Amino acid sequence: MMQWLYKLGSPRHFYEMTTGFIPWLAGVSVLLLIIGLVWGLGFAPPDYQMGDNFRIIYIHVPIATGGIGAYVMMALMAAMYMVWNIKMADIVAKVCAPVGAAYCMAGLITGAFWGKPTWGTYWMWDAKLTSYLILFFLFVGVMALRAAFDSENASSKAASVLAIVGVVNVPIIYYSVEWWNTLHQGASKLSLRDGAANPPEIWVPAFFTGFAVIGLYFLAVIMRSRNEILYRERRAQWVQDLLKTELANV
Amino acid sequence: MSGGMSRTAIGLGGALGATLRRELQLAFSSPGRIVNPLMFFVIAASLFPLSGRFEPALLGTIAPGVIWVTALLAVMLSMESLFRGDYDDGSLEQLLLAPQPLYFHLQMKVLAHWLVTGLPLVVISPLLALLLHLPADGYAPLLIGLLLGTPTLNLIAAIGTALTVGLARSGLLLAVLILPLSIPVLVFGAGLVDTALNGLPMGGLVAVLAALLVMAGTLAPLAIGAALRISVQ
Repeated sequence: MMQWLYKLGSPRHFYEMTTGFIPWLAGVSVLLLIIGLVWGLGFAPPDYQMGDNFRIIYIHVPIATGGIGAYVMMALMAAMYMVWNIKMADIVAKVCAPVGAAYCMAGLITGAFWGKPTWGTYWMWDAKLTSYLILFFLFVGVMALRAAFDSENASSKAASVLAIVGVVNVPIIYYSVEWWNTLHQGASKLSLRDGAANPPEIWVPAFFTGFAVIGLYFLAVIMRSRNEILYRERRAQWVQDLLKTELANV
Repeated sequence: MSGGMSRTAIGLGGALGATLRRELQLAFSSPGRIVNPLMFFVIAASLFPLSGRFEPALLGTIAPGVIWVTALLAVMLSMESLFRGDYDDGSLEQLLLAPQPLYFHLQMKVLAHWLVTGLPLVVISPLLALLLHLPADGYAPLLIGLLLGTPTLNLIAAIGTALTVGLARSGLLLAVLILPLSIPVLVFGAGLVDTALNGLPMGGLVAVLAALLVMAGTLAPLAIGAALRISVQ
């Protein structure tokens, strides 16, 4: 097990070990997504208050949760890179940012589509929405900083520091906007979880889409990491050999 | 060391005092560093009443937010001078090599920067409050909030400044990095004035702003130091 983890830290081994894994991960994720969506959109009973509007939950909640998870993962990888100087951790931290930002954007957009029929508006300066928007800004900041440096080493380290500073700030940002919000309009319970206990017919399909969204996230991270590995190791012999065999097959 | 000068090792206190004195002397030798953020603060805040026909009462309700946002922007625009000169002339490298802990040196540098750029903003803020028709009950919480909040903003912004000091054009990048991280201070600071105007007790929010200052004062120097080491290498 330790041996396996150790190997995963080497870009070359990471590349070779994930080659056979990608079709399986993609297949299982898409299958879970189809099951979850067909079940959730077609067969789950409508909500007693929101009718069919609530069905976007099967996409919105997993994606929105995934955006937060992506930030935490990016910060963990950044910390691993800063402490142990593991290059693979930096590669994963780098690719987490655009994928996480895309998840954040998708979470905000699906949230807006849900908000319009339910609250009557696309956007509210509610605590959850606001802190989620700021999370998106934090992703943008990390990406902008990484893009600003010429030296790869400096850009990796600088982006890592910012990612770690950001993760310390995320809870503070969340509580600040929550308190600010309660100051102005009182706690508005907009979450589905409050009150009515949701029956299993409603939440079981969300499990399927949830795991599908996680699977697709890791699929995107692994595939982008592989590209990044090839780019960074483009002068290494094994990449040159790989290129030759790939070109021979074309 | 046979010749004239006798060298004595400088203790931590002496070194920090020297850093503080040096920063203040540098600032006073180029008054623009002190005056420009202040002028920006006054001019930017006075744009708001000119941007529409506001009743004095409406102006009074947006005054805390306007003053806090412009103070935040003024702090951010003032940050360039914190490390730029030291980076260009190489004294930043000397600071990183100094035998005393970098941590305390950075606290001193940010403190000195706040004394010459942040404190003047606090001092002049009642004038802006007057121009923006802030109700009388709002003055004390505005001053207390800015007094506790501007050093916190300086500390947070110093992290981004340290990360970008090696880059040629870092102004807009700094804003993208720093503004999201500054939101809690803005929320609690402007919220404090609002709370007081609504007749609610302000103790809790003052404590939160003080806690943020203590947290930024203890944790931010670590991040600033790490960032400087990246920028200087």
